[in-house]
Amino acid sequence: MDLIANHITHRFGELAVLDDVSFTVGAGEVVAIVGPSGCGKSTLLSILGGLLLPTSGAPELRGSPPADSLNPLTFVFQDFALLPWANVEENVEFPLLHTQLSAVQRRALVDDALRRTGLTDFRKTYPKQLSGGMRQRVGISRALAVRPAILLMDEPLSALDSQTRELLMEDFVRLLADGGMGAVYVTHNLEEAARLADRIVVLSRRPGRIREVVSVPMTRTERGDIAAREKLLALQNQIWSLIRNEAIDAEREVQHA
Amino acid sequence: MLDRAPAGTSAKDEAVRRVRFRGAGFVPGSSRFGGWIALALVIAIWQAAGSTGLVNPLFLPPPSAIARAIYQLAISGALWQHLSASLLRIGVGWLLGTAAGVAVGFAIGLSRLARSVGITFISALFPIPKIALLPLLILWLGIGEEPKIATIALGVFFSTAISVYSGVDAVPRNLIRMAQSFNVPFATIVRKVVWPGALPAILAGFRITSSVALLLVVSAEMIGAQYGIGAFVLQAGNLMQTDQLLAGVVILSVFGLIVGKVINWLEIRLLHWR
Repeated sequence: MDLIANHITHRFGELAVLDDVSFTVGAGEVVAIVGPSGCGKSTLLSILGGLLLPTSGAPELRGSPPADSLNPLTFVFQDFALLPWANVEENVEFPLLHTQLSAVQRRALVDDALRRTGLTDFRKTYPKQLSGGMRQRVGISRALAVRPAILLMDEPLSALDSQTRELLMEDFVRLLADGGMGAVYVTHNLEEAARLADRIVVLSRRPGRIREVVSVPMTRTERGDIAAREKLLALQNQIWSLIRNEAIDAEREVQHA
Repeated sequence: MLDRAPAGTSAKDEAVRRVRFRGAGFVPGSSRFGGWIALALVIAIWQAAGSTGLVNPLFLPPPSAIARAIYQLAISGALWQHLSASLLRIGVGWLLGTAAGVAVGFAIGLSRLARSVGITFISALFPIPKIALLPLLILWLGIGEEPKIATIALGVFFSTAISVYSGVDAVPRNLIRMAQSFNVPFATIVRKVVWPGALPAILAGFRITSSVALLLVVSAEMIGAQYGIGAFVLQAGNLMQTDQLLAGVVILSVFGLIVGKVINWLEIRLLHWR
């Protein structure tokens, strides 16, 4: 199943946020979206996931999702969005409650998702008892439980410390390794984008337009090697050179706002 | 050398001294028994003042006289007669007002139409002292329990509706968006996200409405009732039976304390996740 951004333009009142953004995320492909602060990255993701109606253009799907997918487009949120009154198991089961699945089937999906994210021993724990990294693991586990075709990740690591970020990045690499699941990964962190994405969509400052689409010329497994670090660094520098001046302008604009 | 004081500094300047502790924010703690000790102390002083004749018992009967009055009320059966009448009015009035308030509060919190209509009406009617409507309610509903219950229900309704829609408004929008992103149906979002998210505000509202109900039942019983704690307090006042009057006040206070404890228990049971 492909996800297509078809000439998406969006305005908040007088404020133009996105201008004619078009690209396609192929099946199993990971596309990162980067750009200066306020360029509309998160807005674009909300539009792609059906949580915001664009002013013009549309998000579209091509092809069928996998037969066992209960929610083909599934978000992983920056702030985790966990129900504080529900324990880990209940949070992961939440998106399954309204489906036609039996309790036994739901239990199997929850168990599998908890196992894949290393949360099996924490199933009865409440979010407030967990660290930020573990909370995000619950968010990822909940997303995996519905067997998504494409994960929509809105800066999923930005609220975490650097060590936890590294650990979760390794988790993402592992989860996306088999190519069975695609992702749109919004981030302001160029290293994360280079580590994870097959292609990187670089947006201009507001109103966000596509400045360039950069392909990452190696597999995710290869990127873990020390030898690949230099190439990845060069790629990051290339992207940074594309957005540096606009990032400075965007920062000044935010400060003046 | 950076670790050597510059030439010309005095011995006082070189002396090592501790950084003064300036505070850790205003965090008042409370001792477990402090309140009870203070209460016992006040009662003891009050009793001593009455026993020694320092205070005229007609104006302020000592605690022992009030306890005796409560005991006599209990053994004569009058306590239950008055208390049951008040409890019935509070119970029915509070339940009716709460049920309507929760329904309207949720409607205002979730529906644009209900919000635009409901908030206007509530803003206009909430400030009216509900006891002022009792004569009108007697005209409409007749002399009996109905107008008193209706007065309580009205008082409870407005406070409940306000606390419920404020609670619904306070439910983090990211949780609702999360649920929508999983295609969770509206009814399930209300049941599994909005209701538990609004529950802290709803329970806080219950604390207020139980006090409102107590206030209104006493006022309504003072205006037109033969039985009830309010009627009993009024009769005792008219007859200058201040020990009986204060017995009624103590019973009201104990009732308020019990309701507070019940709400505390509910909060511990239902909001353990906080």
